Amino acid sequence: MGKLRQIAFYGKGGIGKSTTSQNTLAQLASKFGQKIMIVGCDPKADSTRLILNTKAQQTVLHLAAERGTVEDLELEDVVGEGFGGIQCVESGGPEPGVGCAGRGIITSINFLEEQGAYEGLDFVSYDVLGDVVCGGFAMPIRENKAQEIYIVCSGEMMAMYAANNIARGILKYANSGGVRLGGLICNSRNTDREDELIMELARRLNTQMIHFVPRNNVVQHAELRKMTVAQYFPDHPQAKEYETLADKILHNDMLTIPTPIEMEELEDLLMEFGVIEDDETMIKRLEAKEARA
Amino acid sequence: MSTTEKRLSVEKGEALIQELLEAYPEKTRKLRAKHFEVATEETIESSKCSVKSNIKSRPGVMTVRGCAYAGSKGVVWGPIKDMVHISHGPVGCGQYSWGTRRNYQNGVLGVDAFGAMQITSDYQEKDIVFGGDKKLEQICREITEMFPLAKGISVQSECPVGLIGDDIEAVGKKMTKELSMPVVPVRCEGFRGVSQSLGHHIANDAIRDHVMGKGEIADSTPYDVCIIGDYNIGGDAWASRILLEKIGLRVIAQWTGDGTLNEVSIAHHSKLNLIHCYRSMNYICTTMEEQYGIPWMEYNFFGPSKTYESLRNIASRFDQTIQDNAERVIAEYKAEMDAVIAKYRPRLAGKKVMLLIGGLRSGHTIGAYEDLGMEIVATGFEFAHKEEYARTIKDLENGTILYDDPSAFDLEFLSKRLDIDLMGSGVKEKYVYHKMGIPFRQMHSWDYSGPYHGFDGFKVFARDMDMAINSPVWGLMKKTV
Repeated sequence: MGKLRQIAFYGKGGIGKSTTSQNTLAQLASKFGQKIMIVGCDPKADSTRLILNTKAQQTVLHLAAERGTVEDLELEDVVGEGFGGIQCVESGGPEPGVGCAGRGIITSINFLEEQGAYEGLDFVSYDVLGDVVCGGFAMPIRENKAQEIYIVCSGEMMAMYAANNIARGILKYANSGGVRLGGLICNSRNTDREDELIMELARRLNTQMIHFVPRNNVVQHAELRKMTVAQYFPDHPQAKEYETLADKILHNDMLTIPTPIEMEELEDLLMEFGVIEDDETMIKRLEAKEARA
Repeated sequence: MSTTEKRLSVEKGEALIQELLEAYPEKTRKLRAKHFEVATEETIESSKCSVKSNIKSRPGVMTVRGCAYAGSKGVVWGPIKDMVHISHGPVGCGQYSWGTRRNYQNGVLGVDAFGAMQITSDYQEKDIVFGGDKKLEQICREITEMFPLAKGISVQSECPVGLIGDDIEAVGKKMTKELSMPVVPVRCEGFRGVSQSLGHHIANDAIRDHVMGKGEIADSTPYDVCIIGDYNIGGDAWASRILLEKIGLRVIAQWTGDGTLNEVSIAHHSKLNLIHCYRSMNYICTTMEEQYGIPWMEYNFFGPSKTYESLRNIASRFDQTIQDNAERVIAEYKAEMDAVIAKYRPRLAGKKVMLLIGGLRSGHTIGAYEDLGMEIVATGFEFAHKEEYARTIKDLENGTILYDDPSAFDLEFLSKRLDIDLMGSGVKEKYVYHKMGIPFRQMHSWDYSGPYHGFDGFKVFARDMDMAINSPVWGLMKKTV
């Protein structure tokens, strides 16, 4: 068994981070025999649902609140085992609009480390909610935490904005903590020239598009049954896609310090690929439309 | 002890400040230079003081300032005796602000007076993560069970409450209804503002929004006044109230020393608001002036000269009877005051005093020292604004040094070079000056003594200053600093 690798999945909210990460990690466990723990860092506690085939019953923070403090918890109370022997922990957190979810993530991760939860593992994977809104949500990329970040994105404008912003966050901690960008995972939305666009964005961010995951309804069918494709339909071609991605992550040696780009450069790129149009084109198009009417 | 050299000339004072500033790096020196001034005949005459104030302290300077929570909980709200004030947040702020202000209170502790108690929500990590609103509700309910005679609750926010955005206003509203008494949320998180000064303002605003104007009084007289901004340190407000009552005025409220929630709620029936500490309560005075047309005036009850002057000024706002009463009261006390001066002045005359106090006393106490023949050679404030500097400079002598938010270094440097005989400041300074062999009085808490206000207070003040300066202990000790 090699050294523990700590990885994290980031990306715009709703892009499919949890789905992509669980499907990929399920392959990594079942096909490559890796010992894995998933640490869900979203107060909604839904980062491990497809592995456990149910929503997590206990979260670190709710149990800690119930018992008094996090020191009153035992590891067994909060770790559940799911598909492929994957260990699952949900940090949990407050209801939307109250308290401090960021502090909760810090508390949970410290608890897991202090309890030696990562002993004997090959991979720890953090699944973090949409945006890095405060210090707490950056916890997984700080020193001695996740060393490799995978950004899930698509060819849509907002997903790319988010990817670039996350690259900024990684850059900030790259020098102080040694975190590196492992690549962009394109979770396809079937937009035009999506693969080329993400490859070009990856090039400018000084990274790679590690894999292009095509869109397929089998993912949703599996999800409705609280499963990954690996479990629901192991022979489906989509399972092969996740297996390929898992293999690439397992053997990934392109870990870089990202070079986030300026807003203008990103907009130019989006215009070049026709995702957005410049003001003049838009005005002409609107005028033509009005003329027709 | 040397008392040979008197106050410096203006030129020498300015040169001394330049020398002091040499200790700082260039950027800090340039900025700190604006916080010093030497009083000149011209500035004393015109009351024009250019000292910069109420701005952020320089990083690394170890300012002695407090925070907004200290300004609200410690100064304005804390003395209201029949309310329970919750230090809302982790335990430290509550613990370290417990019993530090010496706001004397009549009443039975834990029954109808709660000032000497300390109630805190003692935030734990789970309260930070999940929010502390439910806990706050529970505390409010427990308070009404434990202290059925409590008339209200104030929620004094500590930093984390603001950081995590707890909705204490919603809790206040809900609990006010449920418990049928005011539960007042105060957003005085310590990180707000540059000193405790903003805490005073926030506390005044909370009074305005939740208490002011809510109470009624059975009968009204033309002589109804309020004492505003007297926190009854060592009994100050009692020594002041007695004089106002003796000249025929009816004090309907004391804000907030030995005060009650009812007094805060009926103050708008006052005919004249008398404000002692302008810095901490001017906001509510101007608010009452705007909303109820109540005039306000400042007064100064430190030392007989200022007390005579203030009594006459206050009386002049009323009819001849009150004015005659004032003269009679002054005459009544004059012999006693003259005797105090006759006793202590020979022992204190010419002694050089340096002061650093909050936002009032560095100016207001000057008259009391001067009544005893003492000289203020340097003075300044922790958190005063430009109004206080303008009011103070007119009471200074040519060559007196003024400073704002000085560092420990500034004070030690000046105290040595000015060869002072007495330092008046707070507990953070006290023991350093003792080690330097310099007599010291704590002028925030009156050094476990008091009162210092009014005629009764002056007797104590004069005795305390003599006791500090002329103690034989100074001749026996070896200076260690």
